[in-house]
Amino acid sequence: MTSGLLFAIVGVLLFTMGGAGVLLLDHLLRRILAFNLMGSGAFLVLVGLAQRHDVADPVPQAMVLTGIVVAVAATALALALARRLHALTGRMELPEADDD
Amino acid sequence: MKRLVVIAAALAFSLALIATLLELPAATIDLRPAVAENLAASGVAHPVTAVLLNYRGYDTLLEIAVLLLALFGILALGLERQVCTLRAAERPLQLLARLASPLMVVVAVYLLWAGAWRPGGAFQAGAVLAAAAVLLHLTELLPGWLQPSARLRWGLAGGFLLFLGVATAMLARGALLEYPPAHAGALILLIEAGLTFSLGLILAGLFLFMTCDEGGD
Repeated sequence: MTSGLLFAIVGVLLFTMGGAGVLLLDHLLRRILAFNLMGSGAFLVLVGLAQRHDVADPVPQAMVLTGIVVAVAATALALALARRLHALTGRMELPEADDD
Repeated sequence: MKRLVVIAAALAFSLALIATLLELPAATIDLRPAVAENLAASGVAHPVTAVLLNYRGYDTLLEIAVLLLALFGILALGLERQVCTLRAAERPLQLLARLASPLMVVVAVYLLWAGAWRPGGAFQAGAVLAAAAVLLHLTELLPGWLQPSARLRWGLAGGFLLFLGVATAMLARGALLEYPPAHAGALILLIEAGLTFSLGLILAGLFLFMTCDEGGD
């Protein structure tokens, strides 16, 4: 097993941990963090898989660099929305749907 | 119950995905030779920078647009002006921040310049600039931002507009974002300098617009 493949496998684990967190956690801050974990896992899979034969490929690396910056912007927007919700309702959880 | 189902599904999903990863056939498309062959014409010597600013310039152009859009979203949400009293920063901390921030600006310029031939580039440099601004804010040397002034607006959008301007200027010679090989290096450096400046402001703005301003209006 090459180190690239190991990175990809860790990325899969991070992705599923984040996915389970998004589904299970109610607190919005934790949910945003879990979503970020999903994103980091996806980046790790992309970069790891591309160099699983131990030769780095610049194209996925550049794509991941773009993705990281977009993820930062999306996180900031999500945090602003969560803060707005907290200012308006005083809660950090989304309201439960009635037909749940 | 829901917890058990989700955890079981996540476990099954990751096991299936890992099993697939272990038996993945070799990729049929290999872009590495194409990147290496055209590196001489790209204007820079580092393959990742060449992909970011030349081969896949579209992605980078849209990326800075997305960043700007996220900032607009935050500003459009309205900033509630809650006055909160941060604990006054201590003198040694302020001194260290004052010493560190000029160094961080120098590091940012170096990262921008080094991006042409080694890991580095506009995004890393912009992140360092933004970190310097956040550091100065956390040590209370730089107040949080209120509504963006006209000058700040130009600064925030300048990198994107410069990039868009260069991209459109290339239309006259052929295709969008197709730099002439002789000037590619200079054009990429120009775009990256604009991007660094604007990215630093945007990333700092993502923090400084949202933070509560001490004793604000």
